[in-house]
Amino acid sequence: MAIELEHYLILGALLFSIGLYMALAKRNFVGVLMGIEMMFNAVNLTFIAFSRFPRFADMTDAERLSGHVFVIFVITVAAAEAAVALALAMLVYRNRETIDVDRMDLLKW
Amino acid sequence: MIADNPWLDGLVRMGIIALAMPLAVIILTYVERKISGRMQQRLGPMRVGPYGLFQGLADTIKLLTKEDLRPQTADRWTFELAPFVVVVPVFLAFVTLPFTADLFVRNLGLGLFFIIAVSGVSIVGFVMAGWGSDNKYALLGGARAAAQLISYEIPLVLAVVAVAMIAYTPEAGRGSLNLVEIVDGQGRVPFIVWQPLAFFIFLVAGLAELYRQPFDIPVAESEVVGGPFIEYSGIRWSMFQMAEFVSMVLISVLAALLFLGGWNWPLGNGAGIALQIPLILVKTSFFILLFIWLRFSLPRLRIDQMMQFCWQVLLPFALLQIIINGWVLVYGWPDWTLGVSSGALTLVAGYLTYRAARQAAEEPVSPRLHRVGSVL
Amino acid sequence: MSYEEVIFYFVAAVTVLGALGVVLTRNVVHSALFLILALLAVAGVFILLSAEFLAIVQILIYGGAVTILILFVMMLTRVRDMPQALDGPQRPFAALAAGAFLVLSVLAALSSDWPGETREITVVPFREMGEALFRDWAVPFEVASLVLLVALIGAIVLARGEEGE
Repeated sequence: MAIELEHYLILGALLFSIGLYMALAKRNFVGVLMGIEMMFNAVNLTFIAFSRFPRFADMTDAERLSGHVFVIFVITVAAAEAAVALALAMLVYRNRETIDVDRMDLLKW
Repeated sequence: MIADNPWLDGLVRMGIIALAMPLAVIILTYVERKISGRMQQRLGPMRVGPYGLFQGLADTIKLLTKEDLRPQTADRWTFELAPFVVVVPVFLAFVTLPFTADLFVRNLGLGLFFIIAVSGVSIVGFVMAGWGSDNKYALLGGARAAAQLISYEIPLVLAVVAVAMIAYTPEAGRGSLNLVEIVDGQGRVPFIVWQPLAFFIFLVAGLAELYRQPFDIPVAESEVVGGPFIEYSGIRWSMFQMAEFVSMVLISVLAALLFLGGWNWPLGNGAGIALQIPLILVKTSFFILLFIWLRFSLPRLRIDQMMQFCWQVLLPFALLQIIINGWVLVYGWPDWTLGVSSGALTLVAGYLTYRAARQAAEEPVSPRLHRVGSVL
Repeated sequence: MSYEEVIFYFVAAVTVLGALGVVLTRNVVHSALFLILALLAVAGVFILLSAEFLAIVQILIYGGAVTILILFVMMLTRVRDMPQALDGPQRPFAALAAGAFLVLSVLAALSSDWPGETREITVVPFREMGEALFRDWAVPFEVASLVLLVALIGAIVLARGEEGE
């Protein structure tokens, strides 16, 4: 059996669920961020898999490349997000001496 | 093609590289010690063999048989894997590095990009070593290494992009990331003539990527006593040392290929392999000797000066170089405009750096070290 | 098994095991190191999908930049001194959500009738990729670079702290 689209989709789903669990369950700010990065990568993987196995045989190259271009945008936004989030983590740590998201509760009553 | 099977062929070629590089490292250590001796009015190693020629060999045997120590509180796997994470990417970069027109492991279309990307992974190894040693100087060194190497990677990449933009191939026109095509494009005029600014940026950023003097801030003996390598001994320490020298070879070959015309200039494309190999060897040795010479001539920069130089001088000028290249290519201006504009910018950048250095020398300002978190 | 299958299963196993390592290990720095492993393996999957260029981008961005940033912040915030309670009380809910998502998407992937190999696919030519990026997607590209610039300035402003501290 050759490697088909399903294989890549299942791999992406696995990676996404692990990232989702990580982002939801971790108490560490950086841990949450790592989960989000993993989800981004799962999505990228799926994008490229779909562009490698196009739905219609008559798709032009430019249409197929849209998937790749999207991946570049996702990576860009992921990098920007990581930089800002980590700067926030530093700031929170400096003010509160913790990066535990459950203890960032100043606005909670 | 050395062997029929492409897998076997690749492995054999990679094996040759893996054997040749440690040898080159042994020779380079000897050369560096001899030159440093000359520059400091000593003889350098003289005991083992005539003129100390076998000193490197003796050192290798000593390092390999030395006990491999690990601090009790160190984080076992991080500590033990760190040298491999540093060494493997450097060797991987050689997968696509051509030495002559047909002396390479694999000729990848995106070769230049591959080399830059893969060699960036070894930063992880420094951070692992710094954190895993459970030593505050190692941690300081690791944080410094991460900051310096990531910062200087940006001007390095931009300088390389400037060259890739103007590389010319008859089939595809301007622009190439393939190292063989880039070299073939400089048959008559090497790119150092068209892109002197990119050349200097590449040289300085490359020197910083090698964390050698004057950029040895991450491993500075008098500040962080060896930085990330402080707890390493024996074979693992020698792996770090090997990575340093092999990346010096890598940067030197890359500089020769990108800016001095590699195996092509000035003999042209037709020269046989018997002429190409000495040519690339001479150009590479020139850069290696330059790096060694700089090491024993310049004092170490302060960490804030190092960062300022990267972000306030190298980065804006690298961007300017790319913008000018873009203009010249889009409007189809003649080639000499590239050389003239780039040369003028080089002079401006040099003057700005000189003025800043003079200012610092005349009225020493106490360094403003902001408290960055808690480690630096 | 063909070469392709062996390589795919190997790379996929490294990806999933790396990702599991990120979640399961008790030590945050170890989990960041596992993250690097998983993301580099994703670059391997990209190569299998004949997206060479994106694989190298992945190595450059995730192998050498974002993950180093994460490790760097961990050093600066001394997360090692934190109490080891890594997972919060919302853990069962998280497990439920992730599990439900996994089951749903795997079922969807298996039950749909996907097109197989529709035609011979060669390596995506990166010149065409550049054309697509700078011609068809020029405006989104400019917006993305603006996002990066804003993020850069924002991160500096956030992280630099008070003057004279």
